[in-house]
Amino acid sequence: MGELFSLQQLVNGLQLGSIYALIALGYTMVYGIVRLINFAHGDFYMLGAYAAYAAFFLFNAYIMPGNVFVFIVLIVAMIGGAAVAMLANRFAYKPLRYKPKLSSLVTAIGVSMFLEYFCSALPVIGPSPRGFPEILPKVMWKIGSAQVSNYVVIDLVVAAALMAGLTLLVQKSPLGRAMRAVSEDKDAAKLMGINVEGIISFTFLVGGAFAGAAGLLAGLTYPRITPYMGILPGLKAFISAVLGGIGNIPGAMLGAYIMGIAETTANAYNSLLGEGIAFVILIIVLLVRPTGLLGEKTADKI
Amino acid sequence: MGNFKLPRLLIVAVIFFIVVTVLSLDQVYILNGYFMVIINRCMIFVILASSLNLINGITGQFSLGHMGFAAVGAYVSGTITTLLLKLPPPPPGFAISGSMFIFVVAILVGGISAAFVGFLIGFPSLRLKGDYLAIVTLGFGEIIRTILNNIDYVGGPRGLLGIPKFSNFTSIWAFTLLTIVLLRNLVQSSHGRAMLSIRENELASELCGIDTTRYKVMGFVVGAFFAGVAGGLLAHLLQIAHPTQYGFLPSCLVLIMVYAGGMGSMTGSILAAFCLTFLTEGLRVGIDALPVFTFGATTFRIGTEWVMVIYSVLLVLIMLFRTEGIMGMREAKLLIIEEKKK
Amino acid sequence: MSALLSIQKMSHYFGGLKAVSDFTFDVPEGVIYGLIGPNGSGKTTTFNLITGIYAPTEGKIFFDGKDITGHKPFRIVQGGIARTFQNLRIFGNLSVVDNIRVARHYTVKSGFFTSILRLPSFRKEEEEIREDAMQLIKMMHLEDRALDNAKNLPYGALRRLEIARALATKPKLVLLDEPAAGMNPKETEELMGLIRRVRDEFKVTVFLIEHHMKLVMNVCERVKVIDFGETIAEGAPQDVGKDPKVLEAYLGRGGAEC
Repeated sequence: MGELFSLQQLVNGLQLGSIYALIALGYTMVYGIVRLINFAHGDFYMLGAYAAYAAFFLFNAYIMPGNVFVFIVLIVAMIGGAAVAMLANRFAYKPLRYKPKLSSLVTAIGVSMFLEYFCSALPVIGPSPRGFPEILPKVMWKIGSAQVSNYVVIDLVVAAALMAGLTLLVQKSPLGRAMRAVSEDKDAAKLMGINVEGIISFTFLVGGAFAGAAGLLAGLTYPRITPYMGILPGLKAFISAVLGGIGNIPGAMLGAYIMGIAETTANAYNSLLGEGIAFVILIIVLLVRPTGLLGEKTADKI
Repeated sequence: MGNFKLPRLLIVAVIFFIVVTVLSLDQVYILNGYFMVIINRCMIFVILASSLNLINGITGQFSLGHMGFAAVGAYVSGTITTLLLKLPPPPPGFAISGSMFIFVVAILVGGISAAFVGFLIGFPSLRLKGDYLAIVTLGFGEIIRTILNNIDYVGGPRGLLGIPKFSNFTSIWAFTLLTIVLLRNLVQSSHGRAMLSIRENELASELCGIDTTRYKVMGFVVGAFFAGVAGGLLAHLLQIAHPTQYGFLPSCLVLIMVYAGGMGSMTGSILAAFCLTFLTEGLRVGIDALPVFTFGATTFRIGTEWVMVIYSVLLVLIMLFRTEGIMGMREAKLLIIEEKKK
Repeated sequence: MSALLSIQKMSHYFGGLKAVSDFTFDVPEGVIYGLIGPNGSGKTTTFNLITGIYAPTEGKIFFDGKDITGHKPFRIVQGGIARTFQNLRIFGNLSVVDNIRVARHYTVKSGFFTSILRLPSFRKEEEEIREDAMQLIKMMHLEDRALDNAKNLPYGALRRLEIARALATKPKLVLLDEPAAGMNPKETEELMGLIRRVRDEFKVTVFLIEHHMKLVMNVCERVKVIDFGETIAEGAPQDVGKDPKVLEAYLGRGGAEC
């Protein structure tokens, strides 16, 4: 039990928040575009971590500077996450696009279960936890009263870079405009010649890639990976997205950092509270301000 | 009279009881101890699936934390019986009926505790629709599991051990029959129709004078009660209650059963509970019998996790190709209370 | 005749959009009252406000002498107001009989335990409910489809079912939301007869909204015309039908259906 409010807690919270942010962005983008809570999103994160793990062993033979190695492994993790996301969309979600939403939700649960149990059952992965290799030697610095490692820097920098890239994409590029159009009104977008399914597929790609990146960062920072590692972080990242306003990209980032700091602080106080704080936040948000911090109120016309 | 189907259902249940009992006698030895364990598990899952069906299929809510209710029932009833066992033994003559009495009371108290938790969870459900309700119920299930994992008095991460083995075929059969009859009576009464109307069209239901809040909560409370009963029976069968038995993934298994049987059909839940429990055992046996592969220095065993892989694929296939499962929303004639036609 | 329903200075805004503007009117008891206006004029919103689906931004609603402003829908229905929906909200997977029996539920006295144990008082009450429901079904000419699932009924039967269900709540006031939507002239004639019968035999006040002029002019005894949330005219149908403002709002818009 450390001090409750200290620089160290803040640093740890920002680190955790970075990981949650990358996962939360995927949730919020997919929800924004197809109104689906993709239960399997946390599992894309898990697969990213395992992809990175595999990449480490594949490329370990080549000599290269640590930073480059991390970069390559990051790319592999992102490709892994993106690939699974697009496959899930193509085979499980797309067929149910125009059916009642509950079917898609249940299918997402099924996909999530499948990914977890499949990885658990595959002999090459297996149900037992694996230690994530130390890809980059750890270096510690002291800033004020806090111990900050280079891993923290990597987490923050990677998350910031990806988030900046996404914001640029969504706000400034034609592709981003199309994405916003589709999330606003699918049918209207179609009538304007936008390839709606393509945009949806691309959204899953980006969301999955971000989740994969988060998986790598998590593997580095908390070096114990299991096939079930995606369940709780996925849930907490989703709650972060709800906190910020589901469907809202800056909201997801804001919510995730709040969640990261809240969880780290609560955990210092009491480990039970640390585990439960996410759900407490969820219930407060849904009771007090269901649209989230940055979300807009939409009235339902009856 | 409108009730003459009950004797027919009762007759079928009694025949089932007699057949299984006879076949499991040592002399006959067709159904040995192993089969009895499976049949007992089948019936407990019948209770779990039918109670989830009441919440998801009849009232149209979406609960993903059903095993959380079962956990409450398991831990509460288990704690009662283990505590009472520590007391000095009762006078002889009281012993046999006494322990049965304590068992039934413990199960019911477990159920009522679970019902109370269902009441607490029912309230957030008021304002939430499908997606968010799913997440909140999932969250509640996880909260329950986390809390139980952290209470050392009931064993914490080791689980509650040393629960007496009070569950046997007869008691489980009796509770299962009671569950089926009571749930059937509820659904085919005016209260049940009120719940169904919420599923069909909540706004119209409200505009027919139905207090939808009350009935949504009632769905959770009654569903939770029976789940708690099932949890208690399970704990007294396995002689242990452990947090990992009651998390998100076990809840999903019950969900798969209800979908496979047909969301909204109690007959479907019963059939699916039996089929899937037997199938799980069959797959497990089959997979264990598979040879072990060796590639160079590494050995590949096909593990029993593949059973759950198959079930998750089953769920996705049901959603893609046959959302209504086996029965859709229909019930077998056996379970329908007939009404006089004029 | 006293006012059964009294709306006073009722306004409603959706965000910045004014849907209903300063409505004040009375619906007298025993009358067939009509509210007409083009699409988007605020008719359905008015019904939603009266039945408690929304609480009005401003103003008050009095029913049977009591202030029902902002009450929850089910309480309002239990108080004696029933309604049908423009886009039909029947319970598709329930039978016709069950649809009607749902509407009787709030009057049921059997409690939870009495019901699950099927005690004699419960069985007797179920019998009564069933008989009442069958009577309504016969009156609405639905008896040959009584046990069918509602979703399998043809459109005309569904409309009659909605009305039957509304009547099963034992209302004093029945709100009909575009009851003639999708009907051909013959069906509309039958509907007009049905509305009159409903008012006469069930002793209810009928308040309907429509944009089908002929139905309103022939069946209603008092009429209120609205557009963009504001009242244009009110009174007896013959007078309103000649009002120049009404004619402009309707004929200027591509003609009324006559």
